[in-house]
Amino acid sequence: MPDPTITLEIFRYHPEQNETPSFRRYEIPYREDWVVLDAINYIKDHIDGTLAYRWSCRMGVCGSCGMMINGTPRLSCAAFLREYYPNPVRVEPLANFPVERDLVIALDDFMHKLREVNPWLIRAHEQPLSDGEYRQTPDEVAAYKQYSMCINCMLCYAACPVYALEPRFLGPAAIALAQRYNLDSRDQGRSQREAVLSSEDGIWDCTLVGECTVACPEHVDPAGAIQRAKLASTIDWYKRVLMPWGGR
Amino acid sequence: MAGTREPFWWSLFAAGGAVAALLAPVQIALTGIVIARGWAGQSFTYDRALALVSHPLSRLYLFVLISLPLFHWAHRFRFTLIDLGLKWSRALVAGVCYGAAVAGTILAALVLIRF
Repeated sequence: MPDPTITLEIFRYHPEQNETPSFRRYEIPYREDWVVLDAINYIKDHIDGTLAYRWSCRMGVCGSCGMMINGTPRLSCAAFLREYYPNPVRVEPLANFPVERDLVIALDDFMHKLREVNPWLIRAHEQPLSDGEYRQTPDEVAAYKQYSMCINCMLCYAACPVYALEPRFLGPAAIALAQRYNLDSRDQGRSQREAVLSSEDGIWDCTLVGECTVACPEHVDPAGAIQRAKLASTIDWYKRVLMPWGGR
Repeated sequence: MAGTREPFWWSLFAAGGAVAALLAPVQIALTGIVIARGWAGQSFTYDRALALVSHPLSRLYLFVLISLPLFHWAHRFRFTLIDLGLKWSRALVAGVCYGAAVAGTILAALVLIRF
């Protein structure tokens, strides 16, 4: 019996050669323990060296290898060929992003949005180093830990139908990361994030479709983070309106 | 700025969602099925039902039951219309949707006060 093979249909786009993208089929050996990224690396090494894509760690940590695999946003290092065999596997660049080349998307929009929410610890007053570290109880860590697992893979943006329709939407990962710092007991920067977070293109654009949470490979639950941010902003709003003398 | 009013509409939407999910099915089961099928026997004759509904607390309950889900609908429908492509008229869409909910709320209040 001949060795089993599997077909990959890969999105190809080389703007300097051809303005319209196309799909190319590659038949490669099928290995049960291979993930889609292994298959793409095989193609790059043995069949077509011009194939362009991003990858690094091969273990679901770096967040570089996100692709649309049979129409679903996934990390190609975590999608096993055996999930699809013997059917062909269709590989496309992440949806909702401009394509630079083949499977490589332009990250600029996401990077810009990420910076906008100040995703780092902000202190009103830094305490001197001699005072030691900012200590936290296990409960205080648990309050934000889930949201800190984000690896910036952008699968949630590829999955989000709101982002597909409204590119100005701040998007799931950026909001989840803003929440990650807002919920951190060491952080005092919530008011600095609020203007961007509670703007019309921030949390209020989200209609809680929930596909971001389905797509997230790290179980961050961005949809839950956005709901919690909405509730917190709403409580702030009622406090401001009902108790304008309260200040913040 | 329109953005600053979002929490207000969202809170009505959220409260309406809770009412629509928790109270509305019970109400429909009671008035639409149990009483309508006659399973409640003589407990819900017209006179008794009218007396129950006339109590101020019942009126308040009905007001909440009718009004908040209207705002839930308005918010959902507003975003559905925007998702369908009416982005160019965000303010108009919001005005029509929330306006309908406000009109329904006023109408519900008038009916509940008068009967």
